[in-house]
Amino acid sequence: MGYVISRTGFESVIEKLGQQYRLYAPVRKVGEGRYTDVDVVRYDFVTKFDEIELEAKSDYAFKELLTPLSQTLFFFTENEVKEADFDDRDVIIFLRSCDMHAVKRLDAIYLENKFADPFYERIRKRVKFALIGCAHSYEDCFCVDMGTNRTTEGYLFSIDVAGDEIKSDVACPDVAALFEAADAKAEEVVPAYVTENEVRVTVPEKVPNEIYKHGMWDEYTARCINCGRCNFVCPTCTCYTMQDVFYTDNGKVGERRRVGASCMVDGYTNVAGGGQYRRTNGERMRFKVLHKVYDFRKRFGYDMCVGCGRCDMVCPEYISFANCINKLNDAVNELEGGASK
Amino acid sequence: MTANNPYVPFPSKIKEIIKHTEKEWTFRMQYTGDVKPGQFYEVSVPKYGEAPISVSGIGEDFVDLTIRRVGRVTDEVFKLNAGDTILLRGPYGNGFDTSLYANGEVIVVAGGTGVSPVRGVIEALAHTADAKDKHVIVGFKSPGDMLFRDDLKRWADQLDLILTVDGAPEGYEGNIGLVTKYIPDVPIRDVKNAQAVVVGPPAMMRFSVMGLLQKGFEEKNIWVSQERKMCCGLGKCGHCRIGSTYVCLDGPVFNYVDSKDMID
Ligand SMILES: Cc1cc2nc3c(=O)[nH]c(=O)nc-3n(C[C@H](O)[C@H](O)[C@H](O)COP(=O)(O)OP(=O)(O)OC[C@H]3O[C@@H](n4cnc5c(N)ncnc54)[C@H](O)[C@@H]3O)c2cc1C
Ligand code: SF4
Ligand code: SF4
Ligand code: FES
Repeated sequence: MGYVISRTGFESVIEKLGQQYRLYAPVRKVGEGRYTDVDVVRYDFVTKFDEIELEAKSDYAFKELLTPLSQTLFFFTENEVKEADFDDRDVIIFLRSCDMHAVKRLDAIYLENKFADPFYERIRKRVKFALIGCAHSYEDCFCVDMGTNRTTEGYLFSIDVAGDEIKSDVACPDVAALFEAADAKAEEVVPAYVTENEVRVTVPEKVPNEIYKHGMWDEYTARCINCGRCNFVCPTCTCYTMQDVFYTDNGKVGERRRVGASCMVDGYTNVAGGGQYRRTNGERMRFKVLHKVYDFRKRFGYDMCVGCGRCDMVCPEYISFANCINKLNDAVNELEGGASK
Repeated sequence: MTANNPYVPFPSKIKEIIKHTEKEWTFRMQYTGDVKPGQFYEVSVPKYGEAPISVSGIGEDFVDLTIRRVGRVTDEVFKLNAGDTILLRGPYGNGFDTSLYANGEVIVVAGGTGVSPVRGVIEALAHTADAKDKHVIVGFKSPGDMLFRDDLKRWADQLDLILTVDGAPEGYEGNIGLVTKYIPDVPIRDVKNAQAVVVGPPAMMRFSVMGLLQKGFEEKNIWVSQERKMCCGLGKCGHCRIGSTYVCLDGPVFNYVDSKDMID
């Protein structure tokens, strides 16, 4: 069911939803960006419609709610292990199509991959979605080539701003009732989606083993400073490291946490006795890129990367992931061409 | 508490501690339940962390964990005594399918702490009808680093055991040399059908597999066990991943046909 609703009408819908749900949406943080005077758009809880940033793409993904950067799992007292509580109120996450597809990737790791993760599952069960339509592509997006540009289900309602009105495709009857109560006009609505991006990528279908030794990765050894930002902004990166701590004032109590981990950062593979894999940043880039556009697909049937372009936006060394995919594809073609001759 | 939370460890009592060397002890833990050689547990020490440790022995009401003291978690474990409790979760991983090695010729090549995960395999071999066709090459750095001395003595009578050390003080009477040195001379009649198991440090595994292939072993008959950094054992933390493979879920035991294409 679709509706066209006035801005004030929609504000009241959001306000009503805010009484029932926590609303987690992209918010513009003025002056908190990478450089002074630069804003950053990141996720936060909101209660009013005008707090939501609907025009700019968010620099950070929504995943903090589902996979917090640092999450306490257990508290330890002298002779007790207590599972950490969580806020179990229902949530609506406002996100774009690429991120909606990213949720499927998070679920694949945290709910499927043999075991279900109870800390993820308990919050995931509480989460519903509102789809932000994309009237146009952004600078670094390549969602079309990754097949994530369109979302047709899985949301309560969608949002497209059209002048002073909002157009919404409403899938949930309860939400529809709120629209009706706010004098919305019923009208067929298809959430806006892009069909073209400026950035194009070609993902190789198969990647031969020779690619691991290919010279294309050397460039990244030279340029990448292994800061890990590309992983932290990525809506599909899920790795964490377990961390136990005890409180210094009383060594008898403490907690076990998991904290976000980056495969680009030193220490990711370190084992006792000095063992380490992928010492160079080029090897780490290779590990990350192949996971995003090949290895994950071998396991789950579709690519991990959703083409949101955030890693390109954040990299301090201006390394382009999209370019890397294309270089990978060229290198694969070159190797295969060489093999068939 | 969430029901069946796999991150919640269970308590297990230390029945006995067997001290092989200063830094390597076997903790015999009370345990009843399904478990296979080659599988591992996360040993969980609240406030210090967790460490994946292989099952080195399996009994009616116990599992053995042979632990090398190397850091934060293992230091804490070494402060415990028989009668104390350790928290465990698992077992994780696939483990060895010992039925594959019940009949016919088998060679096991193990180095250092790599003996732990295959100790259960060797034990099974020692009790087969054709145990004289089961060849086991075990290597340690030096005579002082030997683990499972009592087992080694017994195995020497039960099957074809070659025990070697990388180096030894003058006057040492046993074999000296890397495990790879002994692979060519192991008497195998039907090499195309013989099975091989290789576990140890990465370089030792690489060279041992090369030696077996040169000897004529089929890739599909060679089995290896891999170790990687692991934070969960549940396919979530990502640290153990190699390509599309999660060592904690799909391994740690791999057929060589698969493992040879796994590039870190
Ligand atoms: C499948 C598997 C089986 C193993 N079996 C045994 C065994 O039977 N006996 C034995 O003594 N050791 C075994 N290890 C190695 C053992 O897990 C490490 O030595 C141990 O984690 C070190 O922990 P620590 O806190 O004492 O050391 P620290 O160096 O203080 O380690 C800090 C953290 O690093 C990580 N870490 C360090 N080394 C390793 C490692 N090798 N593997 C995975 N994570 C690591 C852990 O998360 C650990 O909490 C095994 C490892 C794996 C992956
Ligand atoms: S953000 Fe850029 S520099 Fe930092 S780790 Fe990623 S690719 Fe390397
Ligand atoms: S790899 Fe980059 S483009 Fe792909 S989903 Fe992650 S942040 Fe977005
Ligand atoms: S140990 Fe965490 S994914 Fe394998």
